[in-house]
Amino acid sequence: MNALLFRPRDLLLAGAIVLLAIAISTRYGAFVSLSNLLNVYNDTAILIMLAFAQTAVILTRCIDLSVAANLALTGMIVAQLNTIAPGVPILALIALALLIGAVLGAINGFLVWKIAIPPIVVTLGTLTIYRGLIFVIAGGEWVNAHQMSDAFKAFPRETLFGVPVLSWISLLLIVVMGLVLTRTALGRSFYAVGGNPAAAVYAGIDPGRVRFLAYTISGAISGLCGYLWVSRYAVAYVDIANGFELDVVAACVIGGVSIAGGIGTTAGAVLGALFLGVIKNALPVIDVSPFWQMAISGAAIILAVAFNARAERTKGRIILKRAETTA
Amino acid sequence: MLHDSSIAASVPAIALSGVSKSFPGVKALNAVALTLHAGEVTALVGENGAGKSTLVKILTGIHQPDAGEITVRGEPMRFATPQAAAEAGVTAIHQETVLFDELSVAENVFLGHAPRTRFGFVDWATMERRARDLLKGIGASIDPRLPLKDLGIANQHLVAVARALSTDAQVVIMDEPTAALSQKEIEELYTLVETLKENGKAILFISHKFDEIFRIADRYTVFRDGEMVAEGRIAETDSNALVRLMVGRAVDTIFPERETKAGEPVLTVSGYSHPTEFADIGFELRRGEILGFYGLVGAGRSEFMQALFGITKPSKGAIRIDSEVAVIRSPAEAIEKGIVYVPEERGRQGAVGPLPIFQNITLPSLTRTSRRGFLRLAEEFALARQYGERLDLRAASLDQPVGNLSGGNQQKVVIAKWLATQPKIIILDEPTKGVDIGSKAAVHAFMSELVEQGLSIIMVSSEIPEIMGMSDRVIVMREGRIAATYEREAITAEKLVRAAAAIGEAA
Repeated sequence: MNALLFRPRDLLLAGAIVLLAIAISTRYGAFVSLSNLLNVYNDTAILIMLAFAQTAVILTRCIDLSVAANLALTGMIVAQLNTIAPGVPILALIALALLIGAVLGAINGFLVWKIAIPPIVVTLGTLTIYRGLIFVIAGGEWVNAHQMSDAFKAFPRETLFGVPVLSWISLLLIVVMGLVLTRTALGRSFYAVGGNPAAAVYAGIDPGRVRFLAYTISGAISGLCGYLWVSRYAVAYVDIANGFELDVVAACVIGGVSIAGGIGTTAGAVLGALFLGVIKNALPVIDVSPFWQMAISGAAIILAVAFNARAERTKGRIILKRAETTA
Repeated sequence: MLHDSSIAASVPAIALSGVSKSFPGVKALNAVALTLHAGEVTALVGENGAGKSTLVKILTGIHQPDAGEITVRGEPMRFATPQAAAEAGVTAIHQETVLFDELSVAENVFLGHAPRTRFGFVDWATMERRARDLLKGIGASIDPRLPLKDLGIANQHLVAVARALSTDAQVVIMDEPTAALSQKEIEELYTLVETLKENGKAILFISHKFDEIFRIADRYTVFRDGEMVAEGRIAETDSNALVRLMVGRAVDTIFPERETKAGEPVLTVSGYSHPTEFADIGFELRRGEILGFYGLVGAGRSEFMQALFGITKPSKGAIRIDSEVAVIRSPAEAIEKGIVYVPEERGRQGAVGPLPIFQNITLPSLTRTSRRGFLRLAEEFALARQYGERLDLRAASLDQPVGNLSGGNQQKVVIAKWLATQPKIIILDEPTKGVDIGSKAAVHAFMSELVEQGLSIIMVSSEIPEIMGMSDRVIVMREGRIAATYEREAITAEKLVRAAAAIGEAA
């Protein structure tokens, strides 16, 4: 009934992931055990969240390269706060992370909307600024595990029905994001603005405002992931998640989100991230060199784009070329 | 390519006879003839839709005629490709020049046929020298090394002309060359046309402006409805005769009969002005009325409509809707107040291709199909089905992306989208542009139906039969201002053309 929640292409990708997992299990049977699959999911949870956040932005014909820098900066701020004031409750820190992330995202959105700077330039700029800010506030120092409070580190690892909180958060947000994209006027506006900005204007939609909101959502989720990342890995420093934005964009593209805007689903982005997650987790256990991981991810991107171009005859801007060369 | 000048003088530089061209549903040209002589300017006049642009496309090899003959200096020719036309010495300078801002003047002149050195590299020295010579030949002293973007629009035109001449063109087509120029620049263009004449070029000059035609043309050819209706020497005619030739026909398309029962004013606009596009626009739109807006291309009609719809901001002016003062700052506010705008370029500005039909139809009505912030798909489908059926939309399912539909069905989706907002006032910008004749009648019938239900329509149209057949009143705009207003009984094609082009009354 609803073309946006799931597309046939998503099922195809899901099938490809299953085949991949089966192929791996012939070399390493334990890969498909429930506990290992839960581990792979938990490992991929942050990539999944960033991927569907990025989807909102890409749907509007923009791109957000600052997500990983936003994550690192927000993560550093909450980690520092935790060392200074260990008594601040974790939920307050999470709210703060969402807020900081949203503000950082809103800055991108504002520059794209009001100053009309091309999105790729804006977010390349803020990427560098946010990374620089981490250095400024931390003075180049690391925040290590022993400086963080136990509650701070424990939260994402706590389990509920045998599944870690980190995974639960990502599952919850998948549902929320799916609802936003398919069941709200805002979500529909993302598709309209990316599909045909001129037509959106005549329909009473302000493309600038919609893009601003997409960036703010992307930023808020990046901020949340900032806390989750530093608490899970129990360390914060300037270079965490360095280059992770390229994995995020790659996940979207593999998931069938059109770089030209207007096409893509939450499910697709999630599956794209899972595909990368499976490759990343499986290859080391079947003794494939990590260098092959990059080549395989790259090949998957090219295949996915070729597939999109054939299936939808969309004119994709070749932003990915840069993603590959810088990767 | 050397040609004996004495032959060139006696034989037409290019001649067309019996040329016909049909497109699906339309006969664009019906056995037309046109003759251009070296050293003469021939003005081609006719209303929009008379077949002028089709003729230009045949002359430049973009379209192939279905029948007829083209001779160049007496020899039969076929322009199978634009290259063939260029090699035969036919070149066109378009209304909007197709040049490259970041390239130098010389590169713009020689792009695609740059002189080469022995090693196959671009011979910059020769290219710049020849560009300088060509520009000097048309009386322009422009440094060929400058980037094009540093030149004013008039000088850019000169570069376009130099480019046209760089291929040794004998026939130069100028399609509304003055549309974007200021008065001073137009004067310079006249000088340029004189220079081209002296150099023995045959010039086809397409213009809606009669003062220009009488100023520089030697001959005229009049097209009407795809046929050549008259030709002759400019010295032997006057503007009244030309206007009559252009519009002289019974309105042959059947327009729906309807009784005008205009009610109370629904929209009152006063003093609407914009710094550059339009000034002092004021009028009243009544319930159940079709108000036509006629004018030449570039008269500021669409620009005014965009301001009325909140896309651009007027510098001053006020509106009242249902006699209450209203302010429209954005399209969303306009839609909320019951005004919708169906834009001219429905392909580019109308539908969102990747989105399914039902989502396109409900796009401006999302607040109505939402409950507590969530969209109700069932309501969206119901709304889409209701308006899709009303417009006889043919689609396998409402889930289909609009991009997969035929052009006619896409148009229906766009119109359904606006009707679904239940507007009071619909602004239709060129409602039947690019629509085949059968669908035109359907659009017109539908417009009548809408006004009978009490809606009010503002119709921007450049087609005189449509304006005359559909409007209850007509406002003619010229150069950003209202030039005239006519009630239905008083509308004549001549009056419209005169008001739009500022031609005085017949003596």
